[in-house]
Amino acid sequence: MRNSPDGHEEAVRSIASSLRYKPGALLPILHKVQERFGYVPARSLAVIADVLNLSRAEVYGVVSFYHDFRSEPPGEHVIRVCRAESCQAMGAVELVAHIKRKLKLDFGQTSANQRFTLEPVYCLGNCACSPAITIDQEIYGRVTPRRFDDLLAELEGRGG
Amino acid sequence: MNSTIYVPQDSGALSLGAEQVARALKSHGERLGAGTRIVRTGSRGLYWLEPMIEVDTPQGRVAYGPVNATDVGSLFDAGFLDGRGHRLFLGPTEEIGYLKNQERLTFARVGIIDPCALDEYLAHGGYRGLERALEMGGAQIVGEVMLSGLRGRGGAAFPAGIKWKTALEAYAHQKYVVCNADEGDAGTFADRMIMEGDPFLLIEGMTIAALCIGASQGYIYLRSEYPHSHRTLERALELARNRGYLGKNVLGSGKPFDLEVRLGAGAYICGEETAMLESLEGKRGMVRYRPPVPAVKGLFGKPTIVNNLLTFASVPIILEKGGQFYKEYGTGRSRGTLALQLAGNVKRPGLIEKAFGVTLNEIIYEYGGGTASGRRVRAVQVGGPLGAYLPESELDTPLDYEALAARGAMLGHGGVVVFDDTVDMARMARYAMEFCALESCGKCTPCRIGAVRGTEVIDRILSNAERTTNVALLKDLCETMKFGSLCALGGLTPLPVLSALKHFPEDFGLSPERLEAAQAP
Ligand SMILES: Cc1cc2nc3c(=O)[nH]c(=O)nc-3n(C[C@H](O)[C@H](O)[C@H](O)COP(=O)(O)O)c2cc1C
Ligand code: SF4
Ligand code: FES
Repeated sequence: MRNSPDGHEEAVRSIASSLRYKPGALLPILHKVQERFGYVPARSLAVIADVLNLSRAEVYGVVSFYHDFRSEPPGEHVIRVCRAESCQAMGAVELVAHIKRKLKLDFGQTSANQRFTLEPVYCLGNCACSPAITIDQEIYGRVTPRRFDDLLAELEGRGG
Repeated sequence: MNSTIYVPQDSGALSLGAEQVARALKSHGERLGAGTRIVRTGSRGLYWLEPMIEVDTPQGRVAYGPVNATDVGSLFDAGFLDGRGHRLFLGPTEEIGYLKNQERLTFARVGIIDPCALDEYLAHGGYRGLERALEMGGAQIVGEVMLSGLRGRGGAAFPAGIKWKTALEAYAHQKYVVCNADEGDAGTFADRMIMEGDPFLLIEGMTIAALCIGASQGYIYLRSEYPHSHRTLERALELARNRGYLGKNVLGSGKPFDLEVRLGAGAYICGEETAMLESLEGKRGMVRYRPPVPAVKGLFGKPTIVNNLLTFASVPIILEKGGQFYKEYGTGRSRGTLALQLAGNVKRPGLIEKAFGVTLNEIIYEYGGGTASGRRVRAVQVGGPLGAYLPESELDTPLDYEALAARGAMLGHGGVVVFDDTVDMARMARYAMEFCALESCGKCTPCRIGAVRGTEVIDRILSNAERTTNVALLKDLCETMKFGSLCALGGLTPLPVLSALKHFPEDFGLSPERLEAAQAP
């Protein structure tokens, strides 16, 4: 394996090596890689496979099984909207339509300027405050289209 | 004078601005030199009142809610630190009807104590169950759990004592206990509330299980959607280790036990226990054939107890007060208390812990106050995404395992999701199929392919293409899924679909007569 000019390989190798002694280390490694890069870059699979003594196909099989692991870099802000039953009972379908319109994105898409990524989520455990969404690490409940617009404006206002 | 203010940091409260409220309380308090102390707690589970704050008064704790950060100034002005009146005044917390009429055994401390203060846990009766367990042998512990009648709270309702006995009797040098904290069912949040409100309870329950069967290592498989739970758990584990409640020599007993949190990765199927074990082993979450059951051959091929978080959380009190005490609650073969999670379109959503046997009507109307929209209740889904939809006419059903089964429904993890009369039940049926297709592990054809076909068939029904034929096809497909699936994802998805069809044929464009006529070919 050759060194990558951007240090990507070294970073992945160091994550994988530090966790490889855990029984069933693959998921913890993938989580760490995604935490570091925002996604699991395709080229990291061979490195992880090498450290864990697995085939690249095996690693790919695991990565592709789990919804959490992204294969593309996300936008600056990741917005996840709950589509599940309790939120549906409180207007999630309308909220989803509103958010898609507002961000001009479908689920799974990232805006061209890399600002937002929109993802569906199937219950956030915030069903008693439906409908629920998350923006990056923050969770929000009782989100109406209007409250969403306010949250978005706040985000834009912070310029963050 | 030093006053104490309690502010929840449960995800639900945070999602409604509890952090901003805490910050405002702090800065106002400091500015006034009021000498206030802010304690962060879990949630009492009265979510329509969140963020709900409490203050200590000579008469006990008094609540205010729902509080917005902008209300804080007026709360100080009104003298809330002395429990005085205010627009948001709710009175003594324990006297709020919703809470007062509950029977909180598992949730006794949630919302009351600081989840990360081990001394508070101890002061409120924590670790008494473990102390008793340390004086008992594995068989005796199993005996108490058996006597309690405790059944698994994750969905399948299997007797916990039998599972533990099997794992106890399995011979192996290494055994494991695994907590299922995947809480994938939409409409459920009780596991989360324990993790964020009373994490030592889970740690204690798992330690008792480990002691019982002789396991030295445990895992908590936590869904990645719960970052706040994750943080609280890690903190609690560290504190427990520092004080000798976990580690090489648990409370000087000479027995080792430690716990590690492992994160899921957004796969619903990993809540199924064998898929979870695969996932813990670092593989795709594919459901295993059984036998062998995990209690005999589980994680890394070793005997493993897998229980839902609430199952473990029910154990400390059973050990502390005895199986007989726990068994006195409940009805028939459903013993103890049930943590109901009331959500969806309801005025007062929240956590309701009651002995088994309370009816849906009581839960939805007396506790929940009817729909949030003020419209008629039309359908109620009990037991998560694989649970049946019940019509208004069946809300007299008591919530226990057998009574629900008799109605072709199931209790699952205790989620109750209410829909008003604007719901389109054909759309809900379609969603159930879509969800199954999305989350199928792919091991068996009826589930993997059937769910995709099911979505298409419902689409055809909705677009009015040969309705009767397609309804017959849908029923047939559901039969195939029911009988040809390896696990309950494929096996139970027909439950929401067929119950929607049966009780709400008009939403599928059918009169009840035409529904009858649509027999499977
Ligand atoms: C598709 C599917 C999803 C499940 N999800 C969960 C879950 O999120 N949490 C849980 O505790 N049990 C879940 N279960 C049930 C588990 O397989 C298992 O019965 C349970 O963890 C055993 O613990 P208990 O006996 O304490 O309930 C699920 C089952 C299936 C078939
Ligand atoms: S029913 Fe579905 S989820 Fe369950 S084992 Fe079969 S394919 Fe996997
Ligand atoms: S259903 Fe949306 S948070 Fe649970």
